[in-house]
Amino acid sequence: MERNLTLIVLFSALIVVLGLVPAILLGFGVPITMQSLGVMLAGAVLGSWRGALAVLLVQGLVALGLPVLAGGRGGLGIFVGPTAGFLIGWLPAAFVTGLVVERIRALPVSVAAGLGAVLGGIGVLYTLGIVGFWLFKNAGIGPEDTPMSLWSATLIMAPFIPGDLVKAVLAGMIARTIARYRPSALIARA
Amino acid sequence: MLSLALPQRSWAHRLPASLKFAVLAILMLGLMPLGTVTGQGAGVALAAGLVASLGWQASVIALRALRPVMWIVAVIVAWHLWQGELRQGAVFGLRVVAMMGLANFVTLTTPLPEIIALVERMAQPLARLGLSPRLPALAVGLVLRFIPELRARHAEMTDAWRARSPRRARTKIIAPLAFSLLDDADRLAEALRARGGIAPVPTAPLAEERHPYGT
Repeated sequence: MERNLTLIVLFSALIVVLGLVPAILLGFGVPITMQSLGVMLAGAVLGSWRGALAVLLVQGLVALGLPVLAGGRGGLGIFVGPTAGFLIGWLPAAFVTGLVVERIRALPVSVAAGLGAVLGGIGVLYTLGIVGFWLFKNAGIGPEDTPMSLWSATLIMAPFIPGDLVKAVLAGMIARTIARYRPSALIARA
Repeated sequence: MLSLALPQRSWAHRLPASLKFAVLAILMLGLMPLGTVTGQGAGVALAAGLVASLGWQASVIALRALRPVMWIVAVIVAWHLWQGELRQGAVFGLRVVAMMGLANFVTLTTPLPEIIALVERMAQPLARLGLSPRLPALAVGLVLRFIPELRARHAEMTDAWRARSPRRARTKIIAPLAFSLLDDADRLAEALRARGGIAPVPTAPLAEERHPYGT
């Protein structure tokens, strides 16, 4: 019980600290930070429930007004902005990543964690992020206006996907390292 | 770790946190379906007026907080300009500024201890699940204690790497960082157990002392 709490707490801290690692800037000024790698790892290492709770704790810190997101961002504003779906989507993203590692035991850890990160950290996350943005964009438009299509919303978010694919591969490699040197630490499969 | 709340006291700091959160929720629900420039413009004016009442420094912080979403506003406004629908682009941009500005106003004017007290009050139903209602506050306290710790360790490992390799450490030190963190989790769990654990102790008179909160 106590160990569950401390694991959740420490992975929350890891997610926050990874947001402070200097970001790589893509050509057009889109920042890529390692914070979402932390979300993928929380799911892959801690498993679905604990991973999701670690993310929930980070989200709680954001709501409390602490600058724990990459670039020192935080506060309630993020939850009501056009990119709120991505922040909220971290929760199911970590959950699904963990679920894949827990359930598909036939796959080696690296493949399962990488696959989980692609399904959760990209598939689920972008679905929520894009739908959230699309709803925000189309809320309250008049009858004479043309609503934005889901496809256009997807195109706007698409530039971020290659970076997240790299992070999914990294999550798989790091999960494999953890499982190899300390098998008991990979709680998702313990 | 510093909260984004402003250190000085303002008129808005004196309002109860629960009231500010409730009014914010109502304003969000009201602004979301508004599709007119005047409606969203009124929202922006309200947010700007509230933030301006806190002073110059607060206004700069509030404006800086909008920066991370400005790229998406720029993309959308440019797209609408190209489509010849200026009004829709304007409504979107104003809504982003209004909603985020109002929410950030609450963040700027509500000190962390007040929000944690609010969380503790809202966590009371946890007791029915056999969990301590102080668990969320404990978790927040612990994570705030460990962020600087983990950050220092990350910097230390980066230095150690740099002393031995001409290449950048980048993601190579995440696994060793995770190992040290898993050790911490074991030791911290032991320390919590040694102080009575985290299960609620409703009848024991020493309940307060048995809970290792805040240290």
